[in-house]
Amino acid sequence: MKLSLILATLLLTPAVTLAMTAEERGLEIAKEVDSRDTGFHDFKASMTMLLKNRHGEESLRDMRNQTLEVEGDGDKTLVVFDEPRDVKGTALLSFSHKVGDDDQWLYLPALKRVKRIASRNKSGPFMGSEFAYEDISSQEVEKYTYKFIEESEHDGIASYLVERYPVDPNSGYTRQQMWVDKARYIPIKIDYYDRKNVLLKTLVFRGYQQYLDQYWRADEMFMENHQTGKSTLLTWKQYDFRSGLTDADFNKNSLKRAR
Amino acid sequence: MRLWRWIVCLMPGLLSAGEWSGYAELQGRYFPQDAAYENQSDHLISLAFQPEYYQRWDKGNQSLLVVPFFRWDSEDKERTHADIRELIWTYAGNRWEAQAGIGKVFWGVTEALHLVDTINQTDLVENPDGEQKLGQPLIKLSLERDWGILDFYTLIGFRERTFPGEEGRLRSHPPVDQDHAEYESDREERHLDFALRWSHYIGDWDIGLAHFNGTSRDPLFIPRISNRGEIKLMPYYEQMRQTSLDLQATKGDWLWKLEAIHRSIDSGSYNAATGGFEYTLVGIADTDMDLGLLGEYLYDDRGDEATTPFQNDIFVGFRLTANDVDGSELLAGVIKDMDESSWMFNLEASRRIGSDWKTSAQIRLWSDIAEQDPLYSMRRDDYAELTLTRFF
Repeated sequence: MKLSLILATLLLTPAVTLAMTAEERGLEIAKEVDSRDTGFHDFKASMTMLLKNRHGEESLRDMRNQTLEVEGDGDKTLVVFDEPRDVKGTALLSFSHKVGDDDQWLYLPALKRVKRIASRNKSGPFMGSEFAYEDISSQEVEKYTYKFIEESEHDGIASYLVERYPVDPNSGYTRQQMWVDKARYIPIKIDYYDRKNVLLKTLVFRGYQQYLDQYWRADEMFMENHQTGKSTLLTWKQYDFRSGLTDADFNKNSLKRAR
Repeated sequence: MRLWRWIVCLMPGLLSAGEWSGYAELQGRYFPQDAAYENQSDHLISLAFQPEYYQRWDKGNQSLLVVPFFRWDSEDKERTHADIRELIWTYAGNRWEAQAGIGKVFWGVTEALHLVDTINQTDLVENPDGEQKLGQPLIKLSLERDWGILDFYTLIGFRERTFPGEEGRLRSHPPVDQDHAEYESDREERHLDFALRWSHYIGDWDIGLAHFNGTSRDPLFIPRISNRGEIKLMPYYEQMRQTSLDLQATKGDWLWKLEAIHRSIDSGSYNAATGGFEYTLVGIADTDMDLGLLGEYLYDDRGDEATTPFQNDIFVGFRLTANDVDGSELLAGVIKDMDESSWMFNLEASRRIGSDWKTSAQIRLWSDIAEQDPLYSMRRDDYAELTLTRFF
């Protein structure tokens, strides 16, 4: 009885997969990416952005990131800036949500002022870089609809090519093409198409490392803007998972203390 | 014995090296109109220096921040001044925080005027906009709960407002007596002030309720004949009780803001409020630039009797944020008095040069200032300012 059930399951599985629409399959892959990255609780890391314009002129951004996983909702994040010097100590607190606008507060240390800011501006550049806020904010499944395109090989890695469409009408993109590593369920490349559906940017994830035997994080995220010739290399360092962060580390007082 | 324990607690912190940062700036101001009063000059050059020492210890639970400030001014000896902006020890507990020392606190949400912000005294010689503040000696206890943050302040000692000297522009006429101030309280500048503030956010709404009991930061001015036979304005600091509300609703691209106060003082109780909006147009004209449109109404129920020029005024302005590598920004606005002819124009622009330098410019114009307006003595003090700042 038991055996026949297992047999039936084994026999039926491919049929079920085949019967899924491209949309269902895309969503299933996105959910698997999300579920494999669930349960890390919290991490601290330092981030460096190297901005380059088409003439090769460089500019540096240094910041520190603290992230807390929130069950049933988007993550809480606190980013503190160290470089450039004039914004040293400036800090951004974000409570991202699966649905609707995120909550964001900006701390300006010279005035000691905490400002709640409009978070609808997702498409704007983050600190003058090629990353928009929506590119680096918490990637929740609910923020997109999906469509599976094909199984393909990218850079010698067997991948799923999934297209995703932002739910938020204020997104700067019509669609994104994402290559997901079949074995590890992690993004390895994303092509961003602007509001006119023209290829705008490409993000490549490099140097993935595994933390706590489960969570994959790329050491480098390289974003290239095809329309302006500008690029930003985002380097992540000193990852510290389950560092003991709690809800109390993500309020207006901790925002002012952050520096 | 107790002091000894304190020293032992602080020692590990003081022994391990902290971190230095700060800035130095060179500033020039030019006043195109002839001065209204004798001895006032038509330009100035100024240097400022603000180093910052920060140290954290005890797994980051304790920290010390020291921020002295120095300015030298070529024209006005009152503007050549020094201050300890901050010298503060912070202990971060689990869902509470304690601070002691000289600190700086900001409350409020609006742009044109900061009615609710009362803890620190204004360092008025720095800039006529009143946004620069003197350090305030204080002890603060803060509780962080699910229902919001509750702050208790004890303010130890009072700082007198700074005023431009006789050679300086942007001053009152007659000038303020720099050597004498009087107080309602017998304890004068040693009066202990108390403040309490609750702040929280509920969805799109950020709310702050505060109460302050102590010496008013805003002086009244009493004309007096000085020892040298000159007429001077002597600052008189009353005792006040102030209850305030600050509120912001963040609705998509709209920010709706309100600050309101009720102040009880000997010279008469009053209400004042500032409210308005900021609407942001994202990515204008297919660029990365954002354009914010600002509008605020400034009200004071004392009307003509108000000690502030903003009793029935409208502020309109815009903020242009380039979102470029240099962080270029431009803020411009006009405040128009609805009862008188007076209006003020203000422009502030800045951009970074490389990673350590920044330039900023300011233009302030006062026009058709009515004789009864508190700003009348500044009617000929339009100016343009250029500042070059080096961060380290």
